[in-house]
Amino acid sequence: MADPMRIRAAVAGDKVEVRVLMSHEMETGQRKDAKGELVPAHFIQTVNVTHNGKTVMSAEWGPAVAKNPFLHFRFKGGKAGEKLAITWVDNKGDKRTDETTISGG
Amino acid sequence: MKAIQEPCPGMDRRTALKAGSSMTVLGLAIAAGLIPAREALAQAAGWNKAAFDTKTLADLVRSLGGSAPSENKGVQFVAPTPEIAENGAVVPVGVTSSLPKTEMIAILVEKNPNILTARFNIVEGADAFVSTRVKMGQTSDVYALVKADGKFYFAKKEIKVTLGGCGG
Repeated sequence: MADPMRIRAAVAGDKVEVRVLMSHEMETGQRKDAKGELVPAHFIQTVNVTHNGKTVMSAEWGPAVAKNPFLHFRFKGGKAGEKLAITWVDNKGDKRTDETTISGG
Repeated sequence: MKAIQEPCPGMDRRTALKAGSSMTVLGLAIAAGLIPAREALAQAAGWNKAAFDTKTLADLVRSLGGSAPSENKGVQFVAPTPEIAENGAVVPVGVTSSLPKTEMIAILVEKNPNILTARFNIVEGADAFVSTRVKMGQTSDVYALVKADGKFYFAKKEIKVTLGGCGG
């Protein structure tokens, strides 16, 4: 399985600022290895972020998102101490969910 | 074949290249037409393959059910988006939209093999802001495409790349 995500979520004014660093190869399927063989595509396709069970951000990604993807966004209505869960699914069906607690601003 | 199924987190490029030999079976099968490339690629639920297959802004907007996107100053590239990216493999791109009812922000790189890089659904109550990192094969126009109140708007910016990010 892939390594855990690094998530930072902090209250900033009336919003929660979220930064996520995921661990994934994000192989494009266009690159060739030393023998000239195409390396099969392997990349995160969907990302979903929930706060108290409600989606606050969802995304669809292609192979052109950089390796070990970084995501930064904000949402309203979160408070310090509440949970935030992030899930990604890649094109081989692998998935990973990590949780974090929102910290005070 | 195990190596193909398992993701290789933390593997650097050199080890990935060395491990490449174990991936040749599937590679050859695809090359020989035994497995159509399309079917060899599984798909996550909710992933819009048609949109990620498009090559131009017009085709992409059509595949998302819109037409004739217009340039709008309400859509803006923000920090840390660079003018010049030294490394095309990691280009930070930030986008905001001040348009009311912004529902979606997408990042498009015109000269990549497929134009759509990522799209983000902005739920009600969330800030119309997103920042991520993309790959760019070469210097290219980058579009920030926004869907607001059912219509499509965009901003365009050229980002110069000194070292391409999609090469072998």
